[in-house]
Amino acid sequence: MDYSQFLAMKQEIGLLIVFLLVFLYDLFAPRYAVAGTDKKAVKGISTVTIVLFAIFTAYGFCCSVIGNTQVAFGGMYSTTPVVATIKNILNIGVLVVLIQSMKWNASEPQIMRRAEFYELLLITLFGMYLMMSARHFLVFLIGLESASLPLAAMVAFDKNKYESHEAAVKYILTAVFSSAIFMLGLSFVYGLTGTLYFDKIAASHVESSGLLIVAMAFVMAGIGFKLSLVPFHLWTADVYQGAPTSVTSYLSVISKGATAFAFMVVMVQVFGQFYAAAWEWMLYALIILTITVGNLFAIRQRNMKRFLAFSSVSQAGYIMLGVIGANQMSLAAMMFYILVYIFSNLAAFGVIQAIENKTGLVGMDSYRGLHKTNPRLAFAMMLAMFSLAGIPPFAGFFSKFFIFTGALNQGSTAMYVLVLIALINTIVSLYYYLLVVKAMYIAPEECEIARFKSGCSERLALVITVGGIILLGIVSIVYNSILTMTTSPM
Amino acid sequence: MEATLPLLILVLPLLMFLFLGLFGKFLSHKWAGIIGTVGMGVTMIIAYYTAYTYFFSGQFVGADGERLQYIVFDQDWLSLWGNLTIKLGFLIDPISALMLVVVTTISFMVHLYSNGYMRDHHGVYETGFQRFYAFLSLFSFSMLGLVVATNIFQMYIFWELVGASSYLLIGFYYTKPSAVSASKKAFIVTRFADLGFLIGILILSFTTETFDFMSLTSSPLPGVENTYYVDAATATTALESAGGQMFLGGSLMTWALVLIFMGGMGKSAMMPLHIWLPDAMEGPTPVSALIHAATMVVAGVYLVARLFPLFMINNAMGGAALDIVTVVGALTAAYAAIVACTQIDIKRVLAFSTISQIAFMMVSLGVSREGMHDNLGYMASMFHLFTHAMFKALLFLGAGALIHAVGSNDYTAMHGLRKHMPITHITFLVGCLAIAGIIPFSGFFSKDEILTACFGNSAVAYVWMSLVAGLTAFYMFRLYYLIFWWKEHNVPQGHHAPKDQPWTMTLPLILLGIVAIFCGFVPFADMVSWNGHAPHHSGINWTVASISLAVAIIAIAIATAMYRKENAMPAKMRSFFPRLWTAAHKRFYFDELYMFITHKIIFDRVCKPIAWFDRHIIDGTMDAFAAITNKASYAIRGLQSGSAQSYVWVYLIGALLLGGGTVAIIFLFF
Repeated sequence: MDYSQFLAMKQEIGLLIVFLLVFLYDLFAPRYAVAGTDKKAVKGISTVTIVLFAIFTAYGFCCSVIGNTQVAFGGMYSTTPVVATIKNILNIGVLVVLIQSMKWNASEPQIMRRAEFYELLLITLFGMYLMMSARHFLVFLIGLESASLPLAAMVAFDKNKYESHEAAVKYILTAVFSSAIFMLGLSFVYGLTGTLYFDKIAASHVESSGLLIVAMAFVMAGIGFKLSLVPFHLWTADVYQGAPTSVTSYLSVISKGATAFAFMVVMVQVFGQFYAAAWEWMLYALIILTITVGNLFAIRQRNMKRFLAFSSVSQAGYIMLGVIGANQMSLAAMMFYILVYIFSNLAAFGVIQAIENKTGLVGMDSYRGLHKTNPRLAFAMMLAMFSLAGIPPFAGFFSKFFIFTGALNQGSTAMYVLVLIALINTIVSLYYYLLVVKAMYIAPEECEIARFKSGCSERLALVITVGGIILLGIVSIVYNSILTMTTSPM
Repeated sequence: MEATLPLLILVLPLLMFLFLGLFGKFLSHKWAGIIGTVGMGVTMIIAYYTAYTYFFSGQFVGADGERLQYIVFDQDWLSLWGNLTIKLGFLIDPISALMLVVVTTISFMVHLYSNGYMRDHHGVYETGFQRFYAFLSLFSFSMLGLVVATNIFQMYIFWELVGASSYLLIGFYYTKPSAVSASKKAFIVTRFADLGFLIGILILSFTTETFDFMSLTSSPLPGVENTYYVDAATATTALESAGGQMFLGGSLMTWALVLIFMGGMGKSAMMPLHIWLPDAMEGPTPVSALIHAATMVVAGVYLVARLFPLFMINNAMGGAALDIVTVVGALTAAYAAIVACTQIDIKRVLAFSTISQIAFMMVSLGVSREGMHDNLGYMASMFHLFTHAMFKALLFLGAGALIHAVGSNDYTAMHGLRKHMPITHITFLVGCLAIAGIIPFSGFFSKDEILTACFGNSAVAYVWMSLVAGLTAFYMFRLYYLIFWWKEHNVPQGHHAPKDQPWTMTLPLILLGIVAIFCGFVPFADMVSWNGHAPHHSGINWTVASISLAVAIIAIAIATAMYRKENAMPAKMRSFFPRLWTAAHKRFYFDELYMFITHKIIFDRVCKPIAWFDRHIIDGTMDAFAAITNKASYAIRGLQSGSAQSYVWVYLIGALLLGGGTVAIIFLFF
């Protein structure tokens, strides 16, 4: 075996090194016997992790700039500039999540867990990397599972909270079930084509049969579970609500973004043009269901985290518009959408987390009149809502615009209908996003959240995300460079 | 030319806007003013340097000595699909270099002047002083972005930005109802005009498949990157791309150009879209000087000049666009001049004078034809734009000094101020002489070129415009005498007596006064022309010049006779033509006409039925839609039961239905 193949996995190796360094630092970092001084050690660990990860993010950009398409392990693994770019986009998101979680991680009772959160998070990220680079279903499965199982531990992180456990149990049960269905689908595929390599399945040109379509549906269900596409989304709300907010924000943006990209790779490279008629129609139905049902549920939510859970369900539907478009522009639009979605959602979660850390309140009613007591937090939240709803000139408008354009570029009438439905749903979503803004700005009541000063790390994360929301759309070079990047093969 | 310096011209004002807008309230008033002024000063110096390099370095001159167009940079901003790319760029050619100088000069003067103007007599700053400077910077940024636009879409974006910042500045005293309604009026009227502009842009770009000015009117210079020369052949191709399609009796391209001109009419306050400009005088006077005299209101002229090859070839092909420009300009010039003779508020006199002078520029563009002194009119129009900006800003700033000293806009509260405010008096007189066209003040030269151009086109245009020029001299000196002479001043003497204002206000007056005297000697004909070639005719046509001088002197003599000393003649004249005077005083009832049309016809006859339809049918549908959404949301809540078993069931059934359903559909129906 040629061990130099490992060198193709530049970003994975970098990530592993970061993980090991954090792990070792955690192991050898000073432990203070005296109560109350642990905080210092944990803050040290957090800082080290963030700095290491920032360096790693910069390193990832270098990889994507100089990198070219590389294939390793007999075609099981491949990385291209496009894959490197999406990994970088996710890295930026992870960095923000890390910064956001810093304060929570140093609070009681998390403090005794030290770097556990970071270690689990980095491992799941590694899984996602594998998932996106996999060109063989077994590697894909390994990636999928290592991105799922540690997440269950993360969801259950709040040891003393009942909801956290419940959420973790629900997550693990449904995840296991979903994996079983996914593997059943894979076994059908293997039975029909005799291979699990993406390119070989595509090249086998097995005649479209009922079994193959069912296999495709099962594969879609398995991946759709992680994306929380309707009807595979039911775990989402409970898990988002029960999990610690840092985990929820990680789950809602990074996990979702990575899976969306992997989904596109599987659909385009495995089932590709040959079975396009079948999978595109299935996806078509899933998108309509996802956007609509997500919206309908979001309208009724009064808990901010649950509300964002359903909002993220419907956002996943919009991301899938990039998959169904299946052309270069859709790909670029999808990547841009993921980037913008990361910033917008993390801004919203950043505010929720800051308030939750301080007061423990997560109800939408508690946010009434927030702009009087905490104008900056209210402002950041408002921008996040505007961006999620797609109001110009914020980034969300541009990302929605490009993803619709990409879908329409395909040119079929069905696509026009789909975009029309998506547009109508955008209006519905405007209603519930503005509910939050209304509560914060227009409701006359005194706010139950008193004025407080948020922590440095929280503020830094908010500044980054709000800056992204304002600038990503207007500074066109971001989208243009993604668009240029996607002209190379995926 | 490096891209850095020209880029700074745009970046500096933008940064100033952001800085003063975001952090202004943490600064003291004084420092906000100083930072704003210095920033604009630096911008002005860079703009001067850029214009100097363009005109005098010799790099941008073609083989035949023609001035070339140079694109400093052109960045893709939004690439949508196919040909549809929106760019943001920076174009330097004779007129944009000219406008860079004009905009930055006036803007700097106004920044400086406002340091004094935006305080009361005790030196206390007005509330929102920092906001004022932030908006001034925003306006400067927008205007500069407009003049250097490389494509019509960029121009449109900045056009709207200029409109928005004008709105903000007119309504600066937002606690004053008249200022608020004036700002709304300005915004709505110009927006209405911009609707035409936008439709024009859409037609033009749809048929020619480009937004770029360079692809519409110019050809690239072979062998030199980013450099173009104006080419009538390109304009012809662009116009022919419509393939002779007709619409309502005009060719499609004529319609496109007329609609684009409509946008220009709105911004440049051409009749009948002029009604917002007199009301816009509610804004602080420095704003009037900057926006409503020198820069924004000439954007319409600039727009026509920018697309001039299209207008000209359209005319040669039999289109009416250029004739419409001429007629609108000529009517507006006369109308505004007549109204200006009867106004009491000194800023409104200046506002109508501005409308009239801009109309001169429009007429000058309109009578410019190929083969007629090599499009002398084009050069004359740009020349007048330049000189007018200087002397009109001077007059407005002078008026501001008077208002600041007296505390009223009315000339009846002034009278006989010449001894109290000598500097203001002299500089105002210079402005009046310049606008009246007395040799050797700057207005004389540019107005002479315009009249020569009209003379070359038709006798009617020449006589008409000469008479308007006479009227101009008359109403300006009427204003001058009523402010500075008429009778002795009757306001309190001593400490409260009106006097010249602090140096921040008088220095710009003196500087602009010097410019207004001498800028007529700039060899404009060598610098600006529609295709870069210097026209063969240049210098003064003495026949035209002596006639117009005679007209101006006669008009001034009449004004002197009537208004130098207090007498009954004006009142007699007024009672002699009571109807005419009242009509002119009420601006020929344009506002009433608009009120009638909007209220009686549009609101009552059109809007009310629509409102009923909206309230009952559309809202009803929407309410039903919302109710259905709500019901559906309520109905499917059971899906989210909370038990993991049911989640798994739904999942399984979903997956099976997805696969099974697709199988069924594909194999049963296809």
